[in-house]
Amino acid sequence: MTVPAYQKIVFYLLLTVSSVLIFAPAIIAFSMSFMSNQDIMTGKIIPTSFTLDNYVQVFDRFPLFNFLLNSLIVSIVIMIGQLVLSSLAAYAFVFLEFKGRDILFFVFIATMMVPFEASIIPNFQTIRDMGWINTYTGLTLPFFAMAFGTFLLRQSFKQIPKELKEASEIAGIGDFKFYLTVVLPMARTSLVTLGVYGFLTSWNMYLWPLLSTTDDTTRTVQIGLRQLQSQEQLNEWGVIMAGAIIVVLPTLILLFLGQKKLQKGLAEGALK
Amino acid sequence: MSDLLIEAEKDYTGEFLKAKKVQRTKSFLKGVLFLLPSIILFSVFLFYPLFKTIYLSFFLTDSSGATTVFVGMNNFKAIFTSPLFLKSLEVTFLFVLYTVPGTVIVSLFLAVLANEKLRGIGIFRTIFSSTMGISVAAASVFWMFLFHPTIGWLNQILELFGVEAIGWLTDPDWALISVSLSTIWMNVGFTFLILLGGLQSIDSYLYESADIDGASYFYKLRRITIPMLSPTLFFVITVSFINAFQTFGQVDMLTRGGPQNETNVIVYSIYQEAFMNYQHGAASAQAIILFVIILLLTLVQFKLGERKVHYQ
Repeated sequence: MTVPAYQKIVFYLLLTVSSVLIFAPAIIAFSMSFMSNQDIMTGKIIPTSFTLDNYVQVFDRFPLFNFLLNSLIVSIVIMIGQLVLSSLAAYAFVFLEFKGRDILFFVFIATMMVPFEASIIPNFQTIRDMGWINTYTGLTLPFFAMAFGTFLLRQSFKQIPKELKEASEIAGIGDFKFYLTVVLPMARTSLVTLGVYGFLTSWNMYLWPLLSTTDDTTRTVQIGLRQLQSQEQLNEWGVIMAGAIIVVLPTLILLFLGQKKLQKGLAEGALK
Repeated sequence: MSDLLIEAEKDYTGEFLKAKKVQRTKSFLKGVLFLLPSIILFSVFLFYPLFKTIYLSFFLTDSSGATTVFVGMNNFKAIFTSPLFLKSLEVTFLFVLYTVPGTVIVSLFLAVLANEKLRGIGIFRTIFSSTMGISVAAASVFWMFLFHPTIGWLNQILELFGVEAIGWLTDPDWALISVSLSTIWMNVGFTFLILLGGLQSIDSYLYESADIDGASYFYKLRRITIPMLSPTLFFVITVSFINAFQTFGQVDMLTRGGPQNETNVIVYSIYQEAFMNYQHGAASAQAIILFVIILLLTLVQFKLGERKVHYQ
């Protein structure tokens, strides 16, 4: 069945208008990051000149490179931590049978009812009392255990035939070896999905880095941007926008590359 | 002779039961070992803090957050008579009221559009989901400019139509609407992506048979798409609710809770109370209220959704 031509035109029109509206804030910021301050302050919409000055300045006047590196370390550490812990837990729920498994599964479900924001005060006290303020440990450790990740991987581990497990038992392959050499490689797609998701959310994290960093040593780029925005006051929009564009670039690229997988994976983890 | 045999048999069953017990203990230990890292971290950063928050909410605290005087329910009495906290609750509910329907309707519209099998649809899908990759901090910076009183695009467009400029973030009547507007934009990407996934899993056979019957586009939308999408829609709505109650970043970046506390949502109120006024006890009482709200929402989702699992 083909769509009639007039219907197609209506669809393309709606799609284009929606795209322009959705993309406008980002595009405006992008073009502003190449505009001179004079153009911006006079309210020009189309730039009269093109300059890379804003990008030079934001790196020059600001430890942005440092912040980027911190964010990268924090995001990768959280991503790996989540993958390891979630896959171990998912393995236990799918392949191991033991007393108390159902109760523990219920405990995992229960964790989703506790919002991180509601438990942030004692968590802050814990990190502070451990001396983990301004450390990567303090920034990452609270996010390793993850019910959503466990459920997502559990879903994909369930697709692995039980016969493989039985065969490995007969061949005398232990559980940990089976987990490493059979289960993880077979669930590669879901691991990538969860990894991308974990990286995205960690990179974009806001409240926790705000509380657990007090100086520039481990400060992430999001809090750096907050600082940039409040320090620069409202005069240097080009510089601020350059900073914002640099902050979103890594996640946007990751999203564009992994969009299809992410969409499938998230819907599966969410709804099954 | 027979006595011996029975004895041997007894021995054998005894051994067997013993072996079974050992086996069971072993498999239990193995299971726990795989789950141990998660259980430890959940205990330290989730369950312990929950109980600690409840505990703290019954105390006054010093500036470091250590408990000083037991005050029973007084913190709760105090917050529920404090105009500031009541205002914050009101603002939070209004914020939820603006952003949840806004996000879901816009995302659903975009998802239905992007589900058409047209040439180049991939580009549109990428654009629609793009806001998911934009952090709260960066998105707030983008919108801060759009909301700028003189050079911002929104007021410039208004001027074009001869409408008086609006103090988007400074006018108490507009601030919450502005923050909501930017929040809807931030949330559309994720919600769109989930809804599109839901749409794509609808059996195309349903549409084909409707086409044979000559059903119109809107008839199909109403009678096939929306009903088939309802589990996904339900999931998206509850997640949006939970997210809205947890909003912090955009408020911190755009308005710092102002003007006149018009955008002081509950998490921002907790943050101020705990980390600017150093009242960990009173802040904990507020956090408990937030916890109860989220708990109820999650329970509603589990009960009505008939689905075991959902996104955090």
